[in-house]
Amino acid sequence: MTPSADIDRTSATTSSGNREAIEPSSPVAYFGDDEPLHLDAGIDLSPLQIAYNTYGELNADRSNAILICHALTMDHFPASRSPVTGKPGWWLPLIGPGKPVDTDRYFVICSNVIGGCMGSTGPASIDPATGEPYGLTLPVITIRDMVRAQKMLVERLGIDTLFAVIGGSMGGMQVLQWTVSYPDKVFAALPIATGARHSAQNIAFHEIGRQAVIADPDWESGRYFAHGKRPVKGLAVARMTAHVTYLSEMALHRKFGRNLQDRDVLGFGFDADFQIESYLRHQGMTFVDRFDANSYLYLTRAMDYFDIAGDFDGSLAKAFQGSQTRFCLISFSSDWLFPTEENRAVVHALNAAAASVSFVEIDTDRGHDAFLLDEPEFFAAIDGFVSSAARARGLSR
Amino acid sequence: MAGTPAGIRVDLEVIAGLVEPNSRVLDVGSGDGALLALLQSRRHVDGRGIEISQAGVNECVARGLSVIQGDADRDLVHYPDDAFDYVILSQTIQATRNPKIVLTELLRIGRRAIVSFPNFGHWTIRYSLGLRGSMPVTRNLTHAWYETPNIHFCTIRDFVALAGELGATVETAIAINSTGQKMGMKMPWWFWNLFGEQAVFVLRR
Repeated sequence: MTPSADIDRTSATTSSGNREAIEPSSPVAYFGDDEPLHLDAGIDLSPLQIAYNTYGELNADRSNAILICHALTMDHFPASRSPVTGKPGWWLPLIGPGKPVDTDRYFVICSNVIGGCMGSTGPASIDPATGEPYGLTLPVITIRDMVRAQKMLVERLGIDTLFAVIGGSMGGMQVLQWTVSYPDKVFAALPIATGARHSAQNIAFHEIGRQAVIADPDWESGRYFAHGKRPVKGLAVARMTAHVTYLSEMALHRKFGRNLQDRDVLGFGFDADFQIESYLRHQGMTFVDRFDANSYLYLTRAMDYFDIAGDFDGSLAKAFQGSQTRFCLISFSSDWLFPTEENRAVVHALNAAAASVSFVEIDTDRGHDAFLLDEPEFFAAIDGFVSSAARARGLSR
Repeated sequence: MAGTPAGIRVDLEVIAGLVEPNSRVLDVGSGDGALLALLQSRRHVDGRGIEISQAGVNECVARGLSVIQGDADRDLVHYPDDAFDYVILSQTIQATRNPKIVLTELLRIGRRAIVSFPNFGHWTIRYSLGLRGSMPVTRNLTHAWYETPNIHFCTIRDFVALAGELGATVETAIAINSTGQKMGMKMPWWFWNLFGEQAVFVLRR
């Protein structure tokens, strides 16, 4: 089977991802024209829709809420089955009764980011002014915009101060932005495998992904829905490239080496001779089933624009000045997308601001994706940090 | 933190007795967090730590302590002046690359610096070097010379001289003898330097 045959088998018009974007199966918060979202792009976005899920019970003091911020291609189903893929929650090992983020103790909230494609307003949502999907008419969204929208949701749920905000990768960027935008509304912050800015190398990989989407003729200048098409080939290539950045050379070698796929000798052609090729094609193919191409453009852009120090005259320490939030940063030794040094730069800025900070580097060969995997030392760190923060917050067991 | 007996070390007990309750403390070289945990439970301090070994840091954070992975030689520069009431360097100064700069940083970051170290002037060490002619391996200094992390040993007399050179005031000095007892304050320095196995100093600018 050729790669194009693989990728073409996805139907262009009956994407379940698209349906979920317009009519989410999860709870939704609506904000009308009287409550617009003020975007960094200088535009007020309304109406606004935020899809979310909650786990556990809000206590009487409303002091036990934990916000989970999801990564680039994740969704607001960290601890429940995804309606699109049917897969269990992406952070199920971490969130649930008796787990480090204990839903018997905490009220856990997770919302789909603005610009996403799982029910919160994004390029695949219908623009009420035209009755058509926004496509590229949606203003560019930033991490700060996502956090502003989350703040609106949290207030709508009747919560003034979050006990904790937790997230990895792009989710970690949102965590950091929360502590900077709303320092007195976050008691404890857990930014994981992240940085206070997107590096040039990371922007470069995102640009390759975006250009792959844009180069696909089925992208149709972003108006693919109107043409009954979807740029599945371009998006699959974008995902294949990105996926490599989530792993590590060691993990790839351990998992695949130079092993051949369904054959004993080299094919002397351009089929997927190697297991790693087959694996990447599969990753690309399954991704296009669940994700919107324009959403991929918007969310990667949001990450590229992220630079907290840039908002504070180049001084990251200034961004955290006076912060009373307790921080715990966690990095992974083989993560080359958000290497330990990027996380440590945040730690040093927090030290300079005399903030309370813990910092753990988990030794693993599983690369950036380690934050989504079952790493006992990682969970022990989260458990220790969250439990001690709960004691300090007076949250009884 | 090389070669120290298990359980709460005597010098940690002594240090805990020197710290005012409810103060802000930075523990440089936190190890497994024994001192920070002791200070938090007994003195209710707002405690932070730096530890060079990742295993130590992970253990501290899992215990709910606020500790980062870092290096006394490299990472103290990131802290602002007067950020803490006490900066503690317990059994670590002899393992730093540049003890003079580290001590200067401690006195900049903290209003007071508490430093504990093994006294290289102790008679057992002098005996080993002076009479046996070999580098000492004792119950406090368990590593052979070729594998020890301790690269800058000093005696009590040497440490007092360095403090003087930096213009620091010795507020409190305590020597602990080989039975783990505090030695009498009235003893002369030479006596401490000969019979004190460990020393704990409180310095201020």
